Amino acid sequence: MIFLSSPHQHSGNSIQLTMFSVIIALIPAAMVSVYLYGWLAVFLLTTCIGMSLLTEYVVLRMMKRDTARLWDGSAALTGLFLALVLPAAVPWWIAVFAAVFAILLGKQLYGGLGYNLFNPALAARVVLLISFPLYMTSWLIPMHMGAVLDMYDFSNSLSFFFLGPDAVKQTWDAITMATPLGHVKTELTQGVTVGEALANYQYSTLNAFIGREAGSLGEGSALALLMGGIWLMARHTISWHIPVSYLLTVAVFAGIFNLINPDVYAPPLFHLLAGGLILCAFFMATDPVSSPSSGIGKIVFGVGCGLLTWVIRTFGNYPEGAMFAVVLMNCATPLIDYYIRPRVYGYKRGEKS
Amino acid sequence: MSKLLEMLKGLGEQLHLKPQHSFTGGVHPQELKKTAGLPSMTCPLPKQIILPMKQHIGDACEPLVKVGDHVLRGQQIAKSQGYLSVPVHASTSGTVTKIEDHVIAHPSGLGLPCIFIEPDGKDEVDESLYPLPNYRSADPIELRERIRSAGLAGLGGAAFPTFIKLVLDQQNKIETVVLNGIECEPWLTNDHQLMLEKAHEIVTGMDILMHMVGSQQGIIAIEDNKMDTVEVMQKTLVDMGLDASVRIEVLPTKYPQGGEKQLIQVLTGKEVPAGRLPIQVGVLSQNVGTSKAIYDAVCLGEALTERMMTVSGDALPNPTNMRVRLGTPVAWLLEQCGLDDTDGIKVIHGGPMMGDILTDMRIPVVKASNGILAMRISTLMQAHHQEDPCIRCGDCGDVCPAGLMPNLLAVHCKEEQFERAEDYNLFDCIECGACSYVCPSHIPLVHYFRFGKGKVAQIRREKAFAEESRKRSETRDARIAQELAEKEEKRRIAKEKKEARAKALAEKQAQEAAEGETKKPEAES
Ligand code: SF4
Ligand code: SF4
Repeated sequence: MIFLSSPHQHSGNSIQLTMFSVIIALIPAAMVSVYLYGWLAVFLLTTCIGMSLLTEYVVLRMMKRDTARLWDGSAALTGLFLALVLPAAVPWWIAVFAAVFAILLGKQLYGGLGYNLFNPALAARVVLLISFPLYMTSWLIPMHMGAVLDMYDFSNSLSFFFLGPDAVKQTWDAITMATPLGHVKTELTQGVTVGEALANYQYSTLNAFIGREAGSLGEGSALALLMGGIWLMARHTISWHIPVSYLLTVAVFAGIFNLINPDVYAPPLFHLLAGGLILCAFFMATDPVSSPSSGIGKIVFGVGCGLLTWVIRTFGNYPEGAMFAVVLMNCATPLIDYYIRPRVYGYKRGEKS
Repeated sequence: MSKLLEMLKGLGEQLHLKPQHSFTGGVHPQELKKTAGLPSMTCPLPKQIILPMKQHIGDACEPLVKVGDHVLRGQQIAKSQGYLSVPVHASTSGTVTKIEDHVIAHPSGLGLPCIFIEPDGKDEVDESLYPLPNYRSADPIELRERIRSAGLAGLGGAAFPTFIKLVLDQQNKIETVVLNGIECEPWLTNDHQLMLEKAHEIVTGMDILMHMVGSQQGIIAIEDNKMDTVEVMQKTLVDMGLDASVRIEVLPTKYPQGGEKQLIQVLTGKEVPAGRLPIQVGVLSQNVGTSKAIYDAVCLGEALTERMMTVSGDALPNPTNMRVRLGTPVAWLLEQCGLDDTDGIKVIHGGPMMGDILTDMRIPVVKASNGILAMRISTLMQAHHQEDPCIRCGDCGDVCPAGLMPNLLAVHCKEEQFERAEDYNLFDCIECGACSYVCPSHIPLVHYFRFGKGKVAQIRREKAFAEESRKRSETRDARIAQELAEKEEKRRIAKEKKEARAKALAEKQAQEAAEGETKKPEAES
């Protein structure tokens, strides 16, 4: 007879439910990406998800673990995350490499689900950015901008995905553009003010909000991401701590510096909407495995992410800092969990048992 | 217009219902209170009554009867031993047939000495305790002694001897008496029903308590899923003229609000310091069932021989609330509710959040038994799903009323790093199970905590034992060493004496020889 310890009732929550909730919450963003990049987005999404599942399956088999684990949703979610943080213009082998790296090195090498130090998708992306900077910073012009509309039919997309721009008789320069963050960063180095840079990029807050800026697949629409993120918070799949503290920190820092010198420091709303900040704040930084588990720990984590994001964007070599920030803070998670604990009932803060 | 006013009034009342304080964490499990509002029935006498010698937190009792003795209902058949203990009484009249070990409701499934009584069906009452209806003029010390000798222990499930909480000295003044009518465990409705049926007794019991400890303020705490009891209790308070000093607090339904410390936190905003009793913050809390038992003991002169229970569960055809004699075997209870086959069924003693799975249907009802739930194994297995790896989501910590980090705590217990587990406040866990309830990975966290606590206790015992034997052997070594030293000393003294003697002798001889020498030449010359 098995020994059953109380409680004998359960909320019904499960890993699967958690993971699939996040997947569902990302569907609007994925749909926007398909709208923006057509078949290329579909290829990227299917390749990343498919390869993640395949890698997971192979590893589970090799390690003689239960292959039913494949359906816990975590590998599929990693694949989806990956697609959303890659530029639409990457060739197939980068997608494959990313998925294999994320699952094999980012997750299973640490001992599988629950043991990984980093968010696997972000870890893979950081490695790719360092290894293949050209591919990883070539941002396709979103489709509705009209520039490369002809290219996005099925067969052209397929050739592009497998053979690169040469196959569709295009040069990188003709089909890619800078992200708003990248643009502002380069302009600033040439002595242009933030205001002028945004104007000559034809940046509009509304566009950034509903989704018309170049960037990685999932960054397109802040609106779509917010919808999913708020839904997750409402269902308590993620808590408010990380997104709120993360976004607030970025807004506060950007705000203070923008007040000091608006020519050099971009305004807070621009920081919030441009790039992958919202995607990171709601979906990447909240990855339960690689973020702290206590409420205050999460706030510390969120503030750290926010600070790093803003610092990297403003002073670093890379225009976008959100993903680096999350990966860096992932390293701090064990430390945060060790030192920052909730106050135990009946003790004063800091008092020992 | 009048409708609008009524609505506004209702809204105002609702706002008033909002407590000023709350406790951190907590969950709201599916309530499943199928037996809510079902009038209680009396459970018929079983063929055998089995009374364990330990039914509360503290020391076991010692039997006062022997096999063959005839006993009466309410007769004391075992006396308390040690301070933290109350006596056991026969719950019906009959003959003592056996005194031997028997399984009891405890997760270990271990046995304990029990007195077996075969009822004679007459249910004759022992009248050695006389009624004391004028409790207001009675001496609190006498009342406290009566509550102890009537065998009262908390009926809410924790079974802490009642009299110990009744601190009568003036230095530790109890300002507030709290009656706990929360009943936050799913399925259970026994307190609910008791409040509906015995409101007068419960409120009187509270009045006795307030008189004893000299407190001017009383709070009856009830969750908002039992609004019918609020009405009944309020009416009783008004009828008895107590509505000025006693108020009813209606709290939003949340588990584990019925935990003593959580309830005190919600009602007063104060936390009981770690390792202390609620008296530290001037509060005495008792379960409503205990309050009714206090009434019985004081006003009617009756010892604790029966209690209200919920007998329910998804495998039980006719769930109900029952008044059950202590010592009634669980199988008998289930039979009364129409269960004839226990295949594919597991029985929980207590509520689903904190109760234990019973190993044996012959286990008797004790003072702490607030419910018996017959559950389909298939239902249970949904809760006891296979364990997945922890995804560190932190949900467990969010719901922990003690402010712990259950995931890390469990890891340390599992890996037997008990020092680290204690560093993470293992012993502040109240085993409420809220963490396991929400864990998406179905990790049996509470199971690991119990394992850890058990192991630490064992290690401490062993350490204490080793320390003891070390001390013993040290004193033994010291004694031997001392004996040796004494012997050595004696030998030394003896040796010195001997040497002194020898020296004296030698000196004497030398002297004699010298004398002889000096004489000789003289003679020669
Ligand atoms: S709730 Fe379960 S999975 Fe989540 S952190 Fe706690 S133990 Fe881990
Ligand atoms: S069982 Fe212990 S650790 Fe879990 S929620 Fe309750 S008090 Fe916290």
